[in-house]
Formats: sequence, C-alpha cells, structure tokens
Amino acid sequence: MIPANFEYHRAGSVDEALSLLATHDGNAKVLSGGHSLIPALKLRLNQPAALVDIARIAALRYIRQDGNHIAIGAASTHKDIATSALLAQHLSMMPQAAGMIGDPQVRNVGTIGGSIAHADPAADWPGVLLAADAEIVLQSASGKRSLAAQDFFLGFFTTALAEGELVTEIRIPIPAAGTKSTYQKFSQPASRFAIVGCAAVVQVSNGTCSHVRVAFNGVSDSCFRDGNVEKALEGKAATAENIAAAAAQAAQGVSILSDHYAAEDYRTHLAQVFAKRALSAVAG
Amino acid sequence: MTYIGQSVKRVEDKRFTTGKGKYTDDIKLVGMTHAHIVRSPYAHAKILSIDIDTALAHPGVVAIFTGKDIAAAGINGVPAGWQVNFKDGTTMKEPPHPLLVADRVKHVGDGIAVVIAEDDATARDAADLIEIEYEVLPAVTNPAEAIKPGAPQVHDSAPNNMCFDWELGNPKAEVDAAIAASHHVTRLDFINQRMAPNAIEPRSAIGHYDDSKDKYTLYTTSQNPHLTRLLMCAFVLGIPEHKVQVVAPDVGGGFGSKIFHYIEEALVIWASKQIGRPIKWTSDRSEAFLTDAHGRDHVTTAEMGFDKDGKITALRVNTVANLGAYISTFAPAVPTYLHGTLLQGLYTTPKIHVDVIAAFTHTNAVDAYRGAGRPEATYLLERLVDTAALEMGMDPAELRFKNFIPAFDGVTQPGYQTQVALQYDSGNYEPVLERGLEMVGYEQFRKDQAEARKNGKLLGIGFSTYIEACGIAPSAVVGALGARAGLYESAQVRVQPTGKVSVFTGSHSHGQGHETTFAQVVADRLGIAMEDIDIVHGDSDSVAFGMGTYGSRSLAVGGSAIVKSIDKVLEKGAKIAAHKLEAAEEDLEYAGGKWTVKGTDKSIGFGDIALTAYVPHDYPAGLEPGLDFSSFYDPTNFTYPFGCHIAIVEVDQDTGKVTLKRFIAVDDVGNVINPMIVDGQIHGGLAQGIGQALLEGVIYDENGQLVNGSYMDYAMPRADDLPSFEIDRKVTPCPHNPLGVKGAGEAGCIGSTPAVVNAVMDALAPFGVIKNLEMPLTPQRVWRAMHQ
Repeated sequence: MIPANFEYHRAGSVDEALSLLATHDGNAKVLSGGHSLIPALKLRLNQPAALVDIARIAALRYIRQDGNHIAIGAASTHKDIATSALLAQHLSMMPQAAGMIGDPQVRNVGTIGGSIAHADPAADWPGVLLAADAEIVLQSASGKRSLAAQDFFLGFFTTALAEGELVTEIRIPIPAAGTKSTYQKFSQPASRFAIVGCAAVVQVSNGTCSHVRVAFNGVSDSCFRDGNVEKALEGKAATAENIAAAAAQAAQGVSILSDHYAAEDYRTHLAQVFAKRALSAVAG
Repeated sequence: MTYIGQSVKRVEDKRFTTGKGKYTDDIKLVGMTHAHIVRSPYAHAKILSIDIDTALAHPGVVAIFTGKDIAAAGINGVPAGWQVNFKDGTTMKEPPHPLLVADRVKHVGDGIAVVIAEDDATARDAADLIEIEYEVLPAVTNPAEAIKPGAPQVHDSAPNNMCFDWELGNPKAEVDAAIAASHHVTRLDFINQRMAPNAIEPRSAIGHYDDSKDKYTLYTTSQNPHLTRLLMCAFVLGIPEHKVQVVAPDVGGGFGSKIFHYIEEALVIWASKQIGRPIKWTSDRSEAFLTDAHGRDHVTTAEMGFDKDGKITALRVNTVANLGAYISTFAPAVPTYLHGTLLQGLYTTPKIHVDVIAAFTHTNAVDAYRGAGRPEATYLLERLVDTAALEMGMDPAELRFKNFIPAFDGVTQPGYQTQVALQYDSGNYEPVLERGLEMVGYEQFRKDQAEARKNGKLLGIGFSTYIEACGIAPSAVVGALGARAGLYESAQVRVQPTGKVSVFTGSHSHGQGHETTFAQVVADRLGIAMEDIDIVHGDSDSVAFGMGTYGSRSLAVGGSAIVKSIDKVLEKGAKIAAHKLEAAEEDLEYAGGKWTVKGTDKSIGFGDIALTAYVPHDYPAGLEPGLDFSSFYDPTNFTYPFGCHIAIVEVDQDTGKVTLKRFIAVDDVGNVINPMIVDGQIHGGLAQGIGQALLEGVIYDENGQLVNGSYMDYAMPRADDLPSFEIDRKVTPCPHNPLGVKGAGEAGCIGSTPAVVNAVMDALAPFGVIKNLEMPLTPQRVWRAMHQ
C-alpha cells in the first residue's frame, strides 16, 4: 500500500491552486479530502506526478445564504454540512445525506467539492444535488462559469470539469416554504457507499404535489433524475396510492449497475422501494 | 486477596491503549533492508520468463531472488504439520509449497520473487519493474468441482486434486440403514463459505543473520513461535535450531491465521544470510486478503434421521473441504479431526458417519480460523435440528430437550463416549437452554411473533446448542490421528531471590490477556500480589518450548503447566520452611503467602523462603539451592465447553435486509478466572460468528480472481451491525485439569452462526421451509428466497 512517488503542494488560495495545476500541465491531481484519491494512489491505480491540496483553502469553506440561494464552499466538509443549521432549515436532505457518508473520520475530512468532482456513481452527493437543482461553480485561469448539476455530472466518474479547472462553490436555490426534502439510502455493508440512494424534494400544498424532484445514486453508472417518477406524481394528490404508483416507475429506461452484492433486478427493485420510502417521507 | 473470579483490569492494556505496544513492524534493526514480494496476478499460469535486470539496476535495490534461486539453494517448501491418509491407507498427497515459485503459479498471490531494497517504497517501486511473462491456464476454485474428472489440475502429483479422503463414525452401512429406516429425514446441501481472518495487525517478519555469532533471529507475527522455529529449521532451511531465536513480540490478533509457518518467515531468514543484512517484510492489507490462510470453505450434504417422536436416529455427512493450492500447517486436521469428531453435538444420536474429501484448488490456502472445524460441525448440526423442527412442526427447543445427552460430571459419572471417537469430559446441557429460554422470554416471544406476522412483520428466533473440543490436546491421541507434533505446553516458574516471580509460558498471547489471567492464577496459588508476577512469552531464547495459542488451549493446557510448576515451587518451599521452622513438613500448611505450623502462630513468608533458597546458609541438608521449576503439561483429554445461543432477527420484506434485534448467549466454559476477559472473548467471538452468518465471505470468480479483497468489498461486522449482547454463564468444571477450566476463545464464534441463520429461516417460515439460502445472508439473497 505504498503509492508511487508524487509531489505534494498545499495551495493557500484558489489562484495558487490554479497556477499549480497549470504548472503541472495535466499531470497533477486535485486533493480535497482524499478519501477516494488516496486509496487509488495506494493501490497505484492512479500515479499522478503531483497533488495540489485545496482542502485547506479557508476561502473555500463556508455555508452561507446568498440572496435566494445557499452557497456552499467546495472545501466544506461533510461534517460542516451535516451540522449546518441553515441547510437543516431549508433543505434537510443535505445534512441528512452528509450524516450518512462513511463514518465520523470520513465526514471530518472529506469535502463536498472533492466528492462531486470525483463523481463516483455510488457517492451520496450527486443525486442530492440533482434533486436540489444545484448549480456548480467552476473556476479556471480564464474565469468562472456555472453549470446546472444536470450538466455537470456526465457519467461514470465523469464530469464537465475541464483540465485546470476547480469546483469552487455549490449554489442551491432556497426552496419555497412548505417544500420537504429527504435522502434515503441502502448501503453496501463494507464500503457503506450507496447501493441505492434516493433524494426526493416535493412541495405539498392543499394536498397536491408540486416541484417533484427524485434523483438516484448507486443505481446506474451515473446519478440521474428520474423523470418518470417525477411526472407520475407532479400535480397529483399526495396519497399513498399515488406515491406507490409513481415509485413503481423508478429506474426505468436507464442502465442498471450489477455486482455480486446487488444484481440488476434486485437493484431496480430497491430503487422502487427507496423511491417509495423517500416520497412517503416528503409527501406521505 | 483472591484474584481468581475477579474482573481484574488487563495489565497489558496500558501499553496497547497508549500506543506503546511493540509489534514486529515497530522493530527497527541497524542496517535493516525491506522486502516486497512479487505475487502472481493469475490463479494458474506457467511462468515463461522473468526479467529482473531493470529492477535490479533501480537505485536502492539490494537484491532480488526468484524461485530459481530458491530451487538452486536446495530449499524445501513449507511442510504440513498434520498428516491424514487416504481411507485405503495411501499416504496423503503432499505437494511442495516452495518459498517462491519457479515454474507454475497455483493461486493469485503465489510468491514469485522477492525484491530487497534500502526502504519499503523503493522495494515496491522496483517490483513494478520486474517483467514476467505468463501462459495463463484454466483454474478451479470450487472443491466439489475440483474433484470431478476433467477439472484443471493443481498439482501433477495429486490426481483429481485429491489430497486425501477420510471417514469416521459407525460403519457406513449401519448409518445408511438407520437413515433409510427413519420416520423423517432432514437434508441440507450447503456451502460453509470461505472466510478471511482479518487480524488487525498484518503479518510481518524480520530475518536477521548475525555472522559474528553465526546466529539467526526471526521476529514474526506468530501465535506459535516455537513451532515456527522447529518447522523452519528442521524442514525448510535445514539450519540448526539452537542457532535460531524466534521472537513473536506483541501480536495484534490472529484468529488462527498466525498459527502457521509461512513462506515469508523462511524467506527473510534465508535471504538475510545471503545479503548479510536484516530484512523486514510487512504485508499490506491486499496481501493479507490474498495470502493469510483463509478459513472454512466446505461443500456439504448433511442428513439427519428422526423417529416419530423426534428422537434423532442417525446422522450422515458428506463434505468436500477446500484446502486451497497448498497444504497449510494444520489444514488436514481441520475438516477431519476438528470437524468430524464433533458431529455428536449435544445429542444422543446413535449412528453417525462422516465422509470428507480434501481437495486442492487454485485458491489461497485454507486452515484453522477461529473455531476451526467445530463451527462447521456446529453449523450443520444446528441447522439440521432447527430445519427438522420446522419440517416436523415441532418446537426447536423441545426437539433439543428430547435429544440432549443426560448430565454427567466426569468424576462420579464417566465421560460420555461419542460415536465419533471423542469422550466428552463433563456436561450438563439442559440448564444452558433453560436459561437461554428464560432470558429471551420464549413464550412471550412466540406470542409477539404471531402478532407481528399478522401485521406483515417478519420476526424470527433461532437456536444453537453447541459443544466444542478445545484445550488441544493429548499428544498421544493427536499423534495417533496424524499430528506431527505433540500438543502439550511448557511453563517455567522462576522465583527471584526477593520473592518476585517470573513466569515463562509457551502459550502466546495475541489479544487474549494472558499477562493478566495467568498472573491471577499464579498470585492466588502463591498467595502473593499480582504486581509481584511477570508473565514472559513469545521468545524462544527465554521460554524453553511452547506449542502456542490456538484451539482455546492457553489456560487449560498452558495454565495447567504453570500450576504444575507452582506445585513444585511450593513442594520445595515447604522443605525449606520445615527446616527454618523446625517442624515436620506434614505439619505445615501454606496459605496467604506463608507456611504456618498447623495450630500455632509460627510461620514464615514466601519471600523469606525465596531468599533462603538463593542464600542457603541455613538450609536443609542435601537440598539444591534455588527456586525455579519447569514443567510440561500434556492433557489427558480435550475439554468440552458448550452453550446455548439464541438470535432474534427481523427481516425487511421489501429489501431482504436482516436486522439482528437480540442475541442471547449462555456459555459453559468451566471455571472462569477473569469474567471480564471471558465476556470480551465471547463478545468478539459472537461478532465473528454473526459476521459469517450475515456479512462476510471470500469470493473467487471462475478465473480464481479474488473479487472482494479489500474493506471496500469484504464486509466485516461493525458495532452498528450488532445489538448489545445478553450473556450469562453456567459452570461445569473440567474434571481433568487442575484449574477446572475449559476455554472460551472460540465458543462465541462456534455457537452463534447457526443461531442467526436459524432465526432468519424462522422469520421466513411464512414463505415455507427455505433450504437453499447460503451464507452470508445478504439482503439480495434473502429477498430472492422470499420471492422465488
């Protein structure tokens, strides 16, 4: 478990990090917590020439209200999010999901920016951010750009991050009053990653569901919003029957992951079970 | 002050909890180099070529050795420590297990080359520069497949991949007839899955050849340092034993996997002489998954016959046991004498026959893992009994009461002679089940269960009433059964001139708390303070000899050896005391750390006698000075702990996930020296046994690749997977050792697995009797069982 040689640089600012990345011209990896990267280095699956550590950039660690958004600095730890009163007030699935990641040691060091840049299909944040209508702010030497989460997550460990670009902020619109959110997870018992993670956001007013967002982690080779489930419940009465009918639509038309712990049919079944549990929690 | 029976805090924990334990990898010797072993990525392949030139030229590399060097040096492979011959008397097939393979690799992880460098990172870097060409060959991983005609062959010298076949019990024809005549027969076909032992400290070995003394020192993570020395010196390297010191310092867990003599130990010793410098090798976690001997892996068919009243009439068992690619040290004993001999269980079964075939496969070696054979025996028995109860519509507790062997103390009543060679020492089985039923509130549970089922909730209860054989073992008995070593233990009690006591034991603590438990025994026997006693173990230069720690033998065998030496100390001390007190020896009594002339207040303390023994100015004529005695204790029988484990589970019908709600364990391990330590042993054993039932299991794919060789994939039980255990004990003392102890190291692991699986089957009873659900009971498997 000894990694190949690499240089280690701890960036003090975003500009310094960007300049370090430019210096290494594609041969550096960004370190932001490292709970996925360090094991990959130790197993020599990844042998970068250098690491640029951005997790100690104080300017990237915040959770604050910014107008009608909540802005989360990319170096915020899972623990920061799990304990955020602001998020608990407006979007409780965020602290809830954070509290289900790994164990306390992981949550104290792992960051949301690191997690989403890695885009592990079984990680917890991608689906949660899709359901939250989040925007991902990216910064490079040529400036900043912002992408909807939908456009940021492109596939299996693949994102829209360009070479030399950093995730700097996650922006989440504050949902309308009366909106509820939840994250329900079925974990692999060894890794505690999601076999199925289901994030759901629903606004129920006068017994009718609107703003229905349902997104999954772990089910497919990428996180995805499940339009079939959303459509089936949007505008419908918040009844157990409607929730069950909508949940039964889950995970259709996507490729389904399969491994020794959960084969395709079982994982699809679990997606439906967890869609039902998630929707029942927010609209039941 | 009486120490025995007190939960004295563990004296060793001060260093373990403050980071001051000294493990093999903590040892740094002057001039030490570091080894990395290049291992096969294939389960079965011919090595066509190895190019080490680039690696050898890498800065910092000291030497590289391959299988050719080992063969050229005439070094033997590591031997088996136990021989089990074929039924027809043919000798067990014992293909060599070379330190490094030169021609054909036989499992993923097989050693091919060792790179020795100035530091561990350089050795690792250089390993990547070795170029090896392979011709990949077909592999077989399942032992039942391996013995079929046409299967890929592991060793040319073992046709059909058979190491041996073996049987035990009543004549097979009698058992077949009894099964055929039974009112009901319950049959189970199952796999007792392969387990990775996962000691928290990975294996490590330092070899140091000192040419100025022509002496070798091996530091190693061993449960069994003396046997490692014997095997390595006499059988592998052919070096003189008196020139080799083996030290097993603090060892962080073993669960069996550190009993065995491994190739890396001999390799660092041999290579150290070649390069003239010490060499350290430390396994990483990936290597540990690939090369620490695994456990279990039996493919079994078991049938139990019953009469119309539920009395067991016969038991017939067929097992194919996976040995892996090579025979590890004790591997042949595990599926045979540690498994077949336990098939009487706690029951009066009149006819028993067991057939075992031991098969080679292209997988890592399988050997003793916590319980070693007894968990496999217990699993099949207890699964059969609970399944039979479901099939026959009987209560599983009632079915057990009907079949229990009646109580016997082994003193006024003889031991119980089983149909499978053993004679149980003492037993009283009904009380453990009665206590278990009381603790669980059985009647109320069945009412709650019925209510829960009405509400669509799947609650289940499972039982396991187990027996095991530990305190291993009478040497003459195991010798007759194929052991190539005796299984006694040695102890030396050295009383220092000031009355302080050093105890040298051949047992080896790797988590068991010997430094505390043994000191409690010595303190009570001598009537002195625990603080005045030091327990020394794990160094072949200090301890005369030892057979190590496994099979829950340390206290029953090692502790008894200590008692023998203490008896000798007191016997000699009494002679000195009689002289000093001017009394006859038979008029003295020893209590509270002093000899007293009975009926008087004339006495002399232990410390005064110790000083007199070493300053013998006024001393009995003809008596040697000194107070220092060694003993070897060879037990007259195994010990037979037993108990009752009860699990309550809830199954989530939507997902198949099993939640363990309660776990009750009532164990009878004989007398208890330190209840806290025994509780800890039980708790840890339960976690491991429950881990096998619900979470763990090594998976090889059809190509022999290890699929789940990391903690990302191999699920170890964690605290939040387990309920707070409810435990209690009964005490039936062992009649044949001086402490009356039986052993507690494996009980938790042996009894718990079938209790959990039985509970799941009980929960699933509304879906019918399910018989093809394999461990670990993952949510997916349980879900399929409900929906197939």
